[in-house]
Amino acid sequence: MDYFAQQLINGIVLGSIYGLIAIGYTMVYGIVGMINFAHGDIFMIGGFIALISFLILVSIGLTVVPVILLIVLLVSMAITALYGWTVERIAYRPLRHSFRLAPMLSAIGMSFVLTNYSQIAQGARVKPVPPIITGGYTLHEGSEGFVVRLSNVQIIVVITTVVLLAIFTWLVSRTRLGRDMRACEQDQTMAALLGVDVDRTISMTFVIGAALAAVAGMMYLLYYGLVDFFMGFVAGIKAFTAAVLGGIGSLPGAMLGGLLIGLIETLWSAYFSVEYKDVAAFSILIVVLIFLPTGLLGRPEVEKV
Amino acid sequence: MKSLKLIGLALGASLALSTAALAQDITIAVAGPMTGGESAFGRQMKNGAEQAVKDLNAAGGVIGKKLALDVEDDACDPKQARSVAEKIASAKIPFVAGHYCSSSSIPASEAYADGNVLQITPASTNPLFTERKLWNVARVCGRDDQQGLVAAAYIAKFYKGKNVAILNDKTTYGKGLADETKKALNKIGFTEKMFESYNKGDKDFTAIVSRMKRDNIDLVYVGGYHQESGLIVRQMRDQGLQTVLMAGDALADKEFASITGPAGEGTLFTFGPDPRNKPTAKAIVEKFKANNIDPEGYTLYTYAAMQVWSQAVAKAGTTDPKKVMEAIKAGSWDTVIGKMEFDAKGDIKQIDYVVYKWDAKGGYIEINPKGS
Repeated sequence: MDYFAQQLINGIVLGSIYGLIAIGYTMVYGIVGMINFAHGDIFMIGGFIALISFLILVSIGLTVVPVILLIVLLVSMAITALYGWTVERIAYRPLRHSFRLAPMLSAIGMSFVLTNYSQIAQGARVKPVPPIITGGYTLHEGSEGFVVRLSNVQIIVVITTVVLLAIFTWLVSRTRLGRDMRACEQDQTMAALLGVDVDRTISMTFVIGAALAAVAGMMYLLYYGLVDFFMGFVAGIKAFTAAVLGGIGSLPGAMLGGLLIGLIETLWSAYFSVEYKDVAAFSILIVVLIFLPTGLLGRPEVEKV
Repeated sequence: MKSLKLIGLALGASLALSTAALAQDITIAVAGPMTGGESAFGRQMKNGAEQAVKDLNAAGGVIGKKLALDVEDDACDPKQARSVAEKIASAKIPFVAGHYCSSSSIPASEAYADGNVLQITPASTNPLFTERKLWNVARVCGRDDQQGLVAAAYIAKFYKGKNVAILNDKTTYGKGLADETKKALNKIGFTEKMFESYNKGDKDFTAIVSRMKRDNIDLVYVGGYHQESGLIVRQMRDQGLQTVLMAGDALADKEFASITGPAGEGTLFTFGPDPRNKPTAKAIVEKFKANNIDPEGYTLYTYAAMQVWSQAVAKAGTTDPKKVMEAIKAGSWDTVIGKMEFDAKGDIKQIDYVVYKWDAKGGYIEINPKGS
């Protein structure tokens, strides 16, 4: 039981990071109907910006950890959001009324551009940071000496995810911007006729998605202690899978999908073999898609007339 | 049409010119992971090779010709290693010091054999490298079956009756090393409690760490590279697990300590006796230090590979790879890391692995000089 609890903690933390990235995929898909393949790389950029701003803060002599974390979080969200906006502006907007595959191809190209850009700008080496947040709590001491531990980093990752998710859910369901987004999702032409600035709304979607990816990038840096220029690829694929599993286009679905992928990987490694954890995750995706083609929380797409 | 021909001619002429200019020199190559997760070791090899070429040229070159160095990047990827090898072979380069990852050295060696290139690896320890009866391969480092024996002897001595887990990353090097260590352990009647593999490039090891915690593992032996080993150590300490990690020669770079932070203290690995401490290396180590380079890990091994080749060329009086290889296997060579002789397969005859321990300051020291 203790062992299960520990693995549950591991899985939830991993799943939170996947979920944060998955939201970016699902939001963009919901509103413009394309898969933003560059999103994994936006996450990687977020990790790098978090690292750079962290190093700058340390070098100017700031040592109060909560202050550092807050500044790093805000800076990386802001700058990464700018990247997200730029990518949309130069790679997707000019192709919006082109054929369906065009923006997707442009997204794949953008992904290569970002990967190589950070390889050249930051070098091909792994960038480690020493542990920033250490320590943790012992939750329960089992009879056979098995100790269930929750580290401070894990707490921060989960709390940040929950808080940000709450903020963005509120944003989408309660604000003017959220209403515009939902309107664009249903019918862009009609929304435009009713006075919604479609271009601006779509830009904001990319900005929000990128900001959440930046949070994921920073959490990744805190939790694993390193970033590299190639990390966006695998994380992107996993998060995309999570978005599809949860039902692409659905915000809670993306989070649920992320958590499930994280849990499946962890529990499979815990009770079966580490070797086949990816096989397990993708097999479950296939099974779910056979029985629920729109994912767990997705709505069937209504053909627009 | 005419202008096209002219351009063709001009291009052809420029190619001829550049090869003519190079004919003065002998170009040799160093190939390894200059980018990617293992690039710390690629850099070691590049540093060693550059210094060796500089020193050899300063001493008058090889058989009266100057050396030029070509640096190639395989990113520790077998496919890229193969294409790098084909590129080197088609450039008629007679000698390559490389690669780092065994999974790169092995496929590349076949392309070198076909393309008439002599290959000395400074770092690839998988036994298969020299076991395939290729004429063109040699190595200046040890083999994983020797490394596994030393690791197994250490584990059996200091972890008798304790729980040991063995992990590997499914690469040629990692799986090979883990298998050799397991074999050596089982032979002396020691059974591991857990044998698992992960994917090279994985970042999340929390699940496997919890498993080790459940099984009360006292020591985990990792057949894998430094990045994943560093992450495993870090995640073990995060979960309050004090298990000692032991690995192979892939941990011989300071980057390991920068991944683990202070958590890396006490981590063990096997490696040849620190080449930096050998009396033969003193002068050259000084030269590296003057350039602000710490010649750790495989830097001096790469330097030694260059020395073996250049001395054999001097003796054979030609750079013809086949003749040079015959000379290498017949002779005895003075290198920066000591005297070297090679057997018929291309392995060195004198090998002694020892166990090192990482300390809290991000350095490592030999702990049992006898290699018990």
